[in-house]
Amino acid sequence: MNCSRRDFLKESVGAAFVSSLPLSAFVVLTTEEAIAAVAESTVRWAYLVDTNKCTGCGMCVKACKNENEIPYDAPVTRTWVERYVVTKDGRTHVDSPNGGRDGFTSDKIRDEEIDPDNVDKAFFVPKLCNQCENPACVQVCPVGATYQTEDGVVLVDREWCIGCGYCIMACPYGVRFFHPEHKVADKCNFCYHRITKGMMPACVESCAFGARRLANLRDPDDPVTKIIKTERVAVLKDEYGTKPHVFYLGLDNNVR
Amino acid sequence: MTEDIIVHGVEWTVKELFVYPNEFIYWSIQIVMYPYMTGLVAGAFVLSSLYHVFGQKDLKEIAQFSLVFSLALLPVAALPLLLHLQQPARAMAPLLTPHFTSAIAAFGMVFTVYGLIVVSEIWFVYRVYFVHQLEALKSAPGFWNAQRRIAYRILTLGAKDVSEDAVRVDHKAAKILAGVGIPVACFLHGYAGFIFGSVKANALWMSPLMPVIFIMSAVVSGIALCMLTYIVIMEFQALRLRRKGGAMEAGETKGAEIDIISKATRYLLGFLVAAISLELLDLIFRGYTAMKSWDILRSVMYGKDFINIFVLQYTLGNLVPFVLLLLPGRTIKRTVLALLLVLFGVFMMRWNVVIGGQAFSLSFSGYMHYHIPVIPHSFETFKEGLFGAVTVIATPFLLFWLINKFVPSLRRDTGET
Repeated sequence: MNCSRRDFLKESVGAAFVSSLPLSAFVVLTTEEAIAAVAESTVRWAYLVDTNKCTGCGMCVKACKNENEIPYDAPVTRTWVERYVVTKDGRTHVDSPNGGRDGFTSDKIRDEEIDPDNVDKAFFVPKLCNQCENPACVQVCPVGATYQTEDGVVLVDREWCIGCGYCIMACPYGVRFFHPEHKVADKCNFCYHRITKGMMPACVESCAFGARRLANLRDPDDPVTKIIKTERVAVLKDEYGTKPHVFYLGLDNNVR
Repeated sequence: MTEDIIVHGVEWTVKELFVYPNEFIYWSIQIVMYPYMTGLVAGAFVLSSLYHVFGQKDLKEIAQFSLVFSLALLPVAALPLLLHLQQPARAMAPLLTPHFTSAIAAFGMVFTVYGLIVVSEIWFVYRVYFVHQLEALKSAPGFWNAQRRIAYRILTLGAKDVSEDAVRVDHKAAKILAGVGIPVACFLHGYAGFIFGSVKANALWMSPLMPVIFIMSAVVSGIALCMLTYIVIMEFQALRLRRKGGAMEAGETKGAEIDIISKATRYLLGFLVAAISLELLDLIFRGYTAMKSWDILRSVMYGKDFINIFVLQYTLGNLVPFVLLLLPGRTIKRTVLALLLVLFGVFMMRWNVVIGGQAFSLSFSGYMHYHIPVIPHSFETFKEGLFGAVTVIATPFLLFWLINKFVPSLRRDTGET
């Protein structure tokens, strides 16, 4: 056999390359997995908040903190409730003490006593991550630690987040914060660990008034999807072009 | 509740009126230091390139110094980021898994490219000196001389040809690198501006002018710092030589060259005018278009941050040094004062962008005030406090002192040891 030194080296390099490819680089997919990998997801999670129904009890905030292990007394939270009081002089008073976790039991808003007879309108607005279609937080993450899933939810990889805070700065809704224990960016993910197993998010589960509901926009028979599709709903801060997916019924123009 | 739960930002943020629960001053003093130090690096390099590329001969002395100084500043541009990260151990992740839609994903790469340019340019400029040192140390006795010999042997990288042709190639290479370095330096810093300018959620930051403003003020601060350090070191050397007294030649005892200072001052003023014009344009445009955010921006700029912006930055940091440098009969002392004020002004500009941009809530209904931690009581309050900032400022001078041991950028005759 004619084999020059050059040929021998060439072949050896090739062989080394091939043998260095680990078998684990190849994955055998089941039929379901193969379909899931190429087909568009049949789920697009969205959320509906009926501000007319919210009483500001704060159960959703409590439930969220417990379910998602956000330190109970830390001044950060994945969801919160804002109270709006518009007085007859045209001023809008807003507050959210402890994120509304303990309810709104005082007539005072930041040490200012509000006379009930002087109120034009007052209401509560729950807030949470909008799971935007075009999320600014995902765009700015330098390492791809925060990403959008096929079903529209934006997640954070706690193992990969470097804690630069750029996503916190980029979110127009202020839903992100640094987790006090894990020291990485954190935010609401619609209780992804629950909804992917057929359960409802903790806040939805805990709302006694039906003010908070989850929807699958790709399911036309979903009752909440029907409401979003047929009734007049609004989103927060659509001027940023993020295409938020938390829809509001009865949203007032005073809401920030 | 456990005692040791630390919520990032709570320590130094004071909220006023309605602020979303999760809002704090997340980007604090280190993020002020980051564009400040990056700006100094870029500015120092641009100053050195004025000589190497555009042949401004009277800048030769300060150009060599600026080049070496920009190398000393370089690692310190990344230091604030490292001190700021909540997960500093993952600092390399942006290099390993860059997510390119992010404005900071490529920072490490641009930074590395720029670093390589600076290091190679210095090598080409100083290669002949390294070879001469190696020859001079050949027969020098003693342990330390042996160590230095090894150091210089490594520094030559085996290229010991000092013929005329080789030297010409060196000069050409240095010139090309300096030329390529200018856009890269501007990119490095314009890019820092883009990091802020592209945050659409922040009403104060979002502006396409931000990168250009950053570049202009970067060059201003870089030139100012180089001039200042140059003057201080030269005057110190002159003082030391005068003290020793005796056989010094007259030429060696003089301090900073007034010609060099005048020339560099002209560039400084030019860039200063450009920077101020752009900043004012940005301000006027915001006021004139009066978008939704203008109400809160106005209350921050003309109210809460008035002293920081209009008194400390524009008046004390820009106007006063401008007048000081333009008035006839300029002395070294007055120049030093003006340069200190310029550096302070650029620092305040960074402060007002970074901290000022977080002075108001995303709800446009409340304010946040930043109280920088002075006495540290934990690692976090150290690195994100006054002492962290001082560490960042002090490091380049230490590095410069070290680098200068091998690459003497300030001796008039680079042939002597």
